[in-house]
Amino acid sequence: MRGYLRSDGRKGIRNTIVVGYLVECAHHVAREIALPFRDRDVHVIGFPGCYPNSYAERMMERLCTHPNVGAVLLVSLGCESFNKYKLEHVVRETGRPVKTIVIQATGGTRRSILEGQTFVAAERAALDAMATVPMAVEELVVGTVCGGSDGTSGITGNPAAGRAFDMLVEDGAACIFEETGELIGCEHIMAARAITPALGKELEASVAKAAKYYATMGYGSFAAGNAEGGLTTIEEKSMGAYAKSGASPISGLIKPGDIPPRGGLFLLDVVPDGDVRWGFPNINDNAEIAELIACGSHVILFVTGRGSVVGSAISPVVKICANPETYRRMADDMDVDAGRILEGTASLDEVGREIRDVVLGLGEGGRTKSEELGHQEFILTYKSFEPIGPACLPAA
Amino acid sequence: MSATQDQFTQESRRMGGETDRRLLLLDKDDNVLVATTRIRSGEAIRVAGLAVTLPMDLPIGHKLARRAISAGEKIVKYGAPIGSATEAIAAGAHVHVHNVKSDYTPTYHLESERSSYGGHP
Repeated sequence: MRGYLRSDGRKGIRNTIVVGYLVECAHHVAREIALPFRDRDVHVIGFPGCYPNSYAERMMERLCTHPNVGAVLLVSLGCESFNKYKLEHVVRETGRPVKTIVIQATGGTRRSILEGQTFVAAERAALDAMATVPMAVEELVVGTVCGGSDGTSGITGNPAAGRAFDMLVEDGAACIFEETGELIGCEHIMAARAITPALGKELEASVAKAAKYYATMGYGSFAAGNAEGGLTTIEEKSMGAYAKSGASPISGLIKPGDIPPRGGLFLLDVVPDGDVRWGFPNINDNAEIAELIACGSHVILFVTGRGSVVGSAISPVVKICANPETYRRMADDMDVDAGRILEGTASLDEVGREIRDVVLGLGEGGRTKSEELGHQEFILTYKSFEPIGPACLPAA
Repeated sequence: MSATQDQFTQESRRMGGETDRRLLLLDKDDNVLVATTRIRSGEAIRVAGLAVTLPMDLPIGHKLARRAISAGEKIVKYGAPIGSATEAIAAGAHVHVHNVKSDYTPTYHLESERSSYGGHP
C-alpha cells in the first residue's frame, strides 16, 4: 500500500479536504463551498448543535486530524457555542493547513462561499502534488459495522467480515467492531476472548450498560426492515452481528475518539455513560461509522442484507452484501457478494480473503462503489462519555 | 456442498428424516432451520422427515420450526437462545415475530401496518 504521511506518524490512504460546519446555521455555506469540488475528495462534516458538547468537540478534533485528511476549512456562523478556537488550534498543531471562516464577520453567505472556495482550490492543488510513502498493514485501522441486516447477515456477510478481520489482525492491523447494543446476549462468550479477566469484565459491563440504556428507550437496536428480512429478536440480530468480530483475542475496549494504541482487535463502546439523556445511542448507521472513523479507521467494512447504499465522509466504506437476492438487485452499490456463500459457490474463507484484498487495494488506488457514486454521508449528534478505565487497554 | 450443509444432511439422517436442502441447520442444538433461498407458497417440503406444505412464501433468511416447540420454550439458533415462543409452534411452521418474543426488548416491526396500508412486501 501507499499512504500520505502525517506529522503524528500515522499514514492516510486518502488526502481529503474536510469542510466542517460548526452549527447547522453554517451547513449551507459549507455545502456550497464544497459543491464544485464534489469529485475531488472534498467532504463536508459538521455538528448541528448550538449548545456546547465535549463529545462532539472531541469527535470533530479527531475527524479533522484523521490520517485520511490533508487540510481543513471550518465554517462558523459566529454566535454558536462550539469552541472553534480550540479546534483550529488542534488542527494547526498537526501541521495541516487550516482556516476558519466566520460568516457573520466575513459579510454573509456569498462572500463566505467565495473565500472558502479560494482556500479549498489552493489546498486541493497543494495536496494533489503531495508524494506518497510505503504503508504497511500494521499501520492500518479497519472498522466494521452492519446495517440493514437480515436473516442472511449472520450466516454470510458478518462471519466473512470476521474472517477478514482475523487475517488483518494476524498481519498486525488494528480492527474495531462496535455497537454494544447489538451484542446483547453475546456478552459472556465475548468476555471469554479478552486478553485479561479484568478486560473481560469491562466488556460485559459495556453490554450491560447498552441493555439498560435501550430498555429505558423502549426499543432495541432493531429496525422494522430487520424483521421483514427474517430477524425476529435483538438477541438473534446480536448473534449475527457478533460474528463480524472474527475469532481473534480481544485486546481492548475503546470509546469514540480513542485510537487503538497497537494492532489487535478492539471493541468500540458507543453507548453514552451516565443517565439516559441524549436519545438513541446511534440514530443511524452513519453515526456509528463516524465514531469508527474518529477512532482512526482508514476503511469501514459495512455488511448489509436488506441493501444499504451509504458511504461516508473521510474514509471509504466497503459494502459487503450478505443476501444474494439483494446483490442481484443492487450490485452497483456492492463491493463484495457474500451471498455466494449461501448459494454454495464460495466459502467463508474465500469471501473473507476477497474482503481483505479489497481493503488492501484501497491503499493502492482502488476505490469503493460508494466513493464512485459520491456517497459522503455524515452525522454527529449529542452524547457524553467518561474516559475508559485502566483495565480497558491492558499492556500487550 | 458446504461443510455446514454436509453436517446438516448427516444430522437430519440421524434424526431419522430428510430435510429440504434449501433449509440450513446452523447448530446441532437449534430448533429452527433457515431458508437459504425463497421457498414458494404451496411447495411441499420435508422437515426432518415430516411432509409440510408451505401456507405462505418463506423469504430467504426466514426460519421454520425444526420440530414442535411448546409455548414458552426458548428458540435456539446458532446454538444460542434468541427469544421465547409465545404460543405452541408446529414442526415446519414459520417462526417469527408472530409467535416469538425477545427476552430483552420488544421487537418493533411494520408487519401489521403493511397489511393495513397495502404496502409492498
